[in-house]
Amino acid sequence: MAESFILIAGRTSKQGCGVSEGKFGAEFQAEICRLQVAPEDLARLGLAEGDRVRLTSAAGRVELPVVPAKEGELPPGVLFLAYGQWASRLMGADTHGSGMPTSKGIDVTLEKIA
Amino acid sequence: MSRPEAEVAASEGPRKVVEDATCTFCGCVCDDIALVVQGNRIVEAKNACVLGKAWFLGHHAQDRPACLVQGKPAAMEEGLARAAEILVRAKYPLVYGLSDTTCEAQRKAVAIADWIGGTVDTTTSVCHGPSGMGFQAVGEVTATLGEVRHRGDLVIYWGGNPAESHPRHFTRYTLMPKGMFLPRGRKDRTCVVVDVRRTKSAKAADMFIRITPRKDFEALWTLRALAKGVSLDAARVETETGVPLATWQDLMDHMKRARYGVLFFGMGLTMTRGKHLNSEAALALTRDMNAYTRFVCKPVRGHGNVTGADNVVSWSTGYPFGVNLSRGYPRFNPGEYTATDVLARREADAALIIAADPMLNFCQAAREHLASIPYVALDPQETLTTRSAAVAFTTAPYGICAPGTVYRMDDVPITLRPALESPYPSDYEVLCRLEERVRHAPL
Repeated sequence: MAESFILIAGRTSKQGCGVSEGKFGAEFQAEICRLQVAPEDLARLGLAEGDRVRLTSAAGRVELPVVPAKEGELPPGVLFLAYGQWASRLMGADTHGSGMPTSKGIDVTLEKIA
Repeated sequence: MSRPEAEVAASEGPRKVVEDATCTFCGCVCDDIALVVQGNRIVEAKNACVLGKAWFLGHHAQDRPACLVQGKPAAMEEGLARAAEILVRAKYPLVYGLSDTTCEAQRKAVAIADWIGGTVDTTTSVCHGPSGMGFQAVGEVTATLGEVRHRGDLVIYWGGNPAESHPRHFTRYTLMPKGMFLPRGRKDRTCVVVDVRRTKSAKAADMFIRITPRKDFEALWTLRALAKGVSLDAARVETETGVPLATWQDLMDHMKRARYGVLFFGMGLTMTRGKHLNSEAALALTRDMNAYTRFVCKPVRGHGNVTGADNVVSWSTGYPFGVNLSRGYPRFNPGEYTATDVLARREADAALIIAADPMLNFCQAAREHLASIPYVALDPQETLTTRSAAVAFTTAPYGICAPGTVYRMDDVPITLRPALESPYPSDYEVLCRLEERVRHAPL
């Protein structure tokens, strides 16, 4: 059963280092596909680190492994994903007259992949 | 893993130290880096943060052709001829990127956009473009980072995580340094972080305020009301912002007591619903605070010379980003002439992408269209964008190999001191040659 979440995309140290060290490198590629989930949400959904989930927004759909966010970092109901091709697949094209697509605070649904 | 022979040989070459080198990875543009160079490799980057070390030490001469046409190695002249043909023939060409190259290259790119009657946009449009719109609507009470270092006794970060995105922001400019009027450094300053996430930056703060996602505008408007003494419904404020009214009042009291307050804001404002209205709210709050004390505001800029892109495009066309030159004079309209829109609406029929990776970062509709049109890409690295380019030029990384000028996030221009030679031309050199070709093309 899919649950609604709010997704925030952003910079991480590893993602930033990976930009310089090579965007096709293993570290960069691993960092941009790790979906951070609040530990409370992981427990409630019966998810463990490495389990794969399907994230769906109005614009797209991706499948990613989950990792627990650091204790207290994310409130329940909020997900975090480093900037990269997976985060941008969930962004819509509408910039609301600003040039900027909504890239943080995206409505998504999350479902566990059996 | 053993290193390739060429790399080992290179690392055994003569050793030198380049003092006061400039890191161009992020908008801090730290110009106090001491680079130790061994042969044609940087082996140490003293004073650099984790991102700066990766930037300098991760650099190595690419084993790539200087020019690729349709993915195949080609002579520079062939690549330039094909690039010029693509751009001159296009009816609606887009020139995009520019935030990770020098001001000199940016100036050439704008000239090319002018000659071909194109649209020029920079990564600002997907970074602090909304803040640029806010500047036009509200104005900007601004300062240099040097002023903040010497005077800022209240430092607020809103919607940003400099501990991970700009690791030396705290240590070099805003929190840790002892300043002329803050002799005890960190002890003389108060730091507040406002964010949806309790990030690494929150650990550096004296006060962390976690707001409800997508409620930045409401929170900033609450503070504007409190600044003017407007009575608010406490229950409604807490419902809307996720924070008790008493906490906002406490923050406002701190803001009014400050001798020199600073509000730094990140893409938590610009990328979230509300966008330019969020930035406008931050700028308006800062303006309002000057009725009580000195208060300044700065967006925390990401790429090393994104601020230079704003400056160069502004002094060249009168507008900072999203500029269309198809009528022979500049027109500015975010949402119409910005790269995501021009691509996602399938309007552009060719592009020149300089030092940016839209095939990684853009929304799916924009990427699909970009992949369907011929485009030219300049980048020091192989990227998803260079892989799909009709013509790709490998260029020398700015600051490491290419000289020039960049603007720090506070609009202070800084001269680069490159440490290495490169087998590749700079963006500036390639764009100069390309401009010569498009300039002489028949109209």
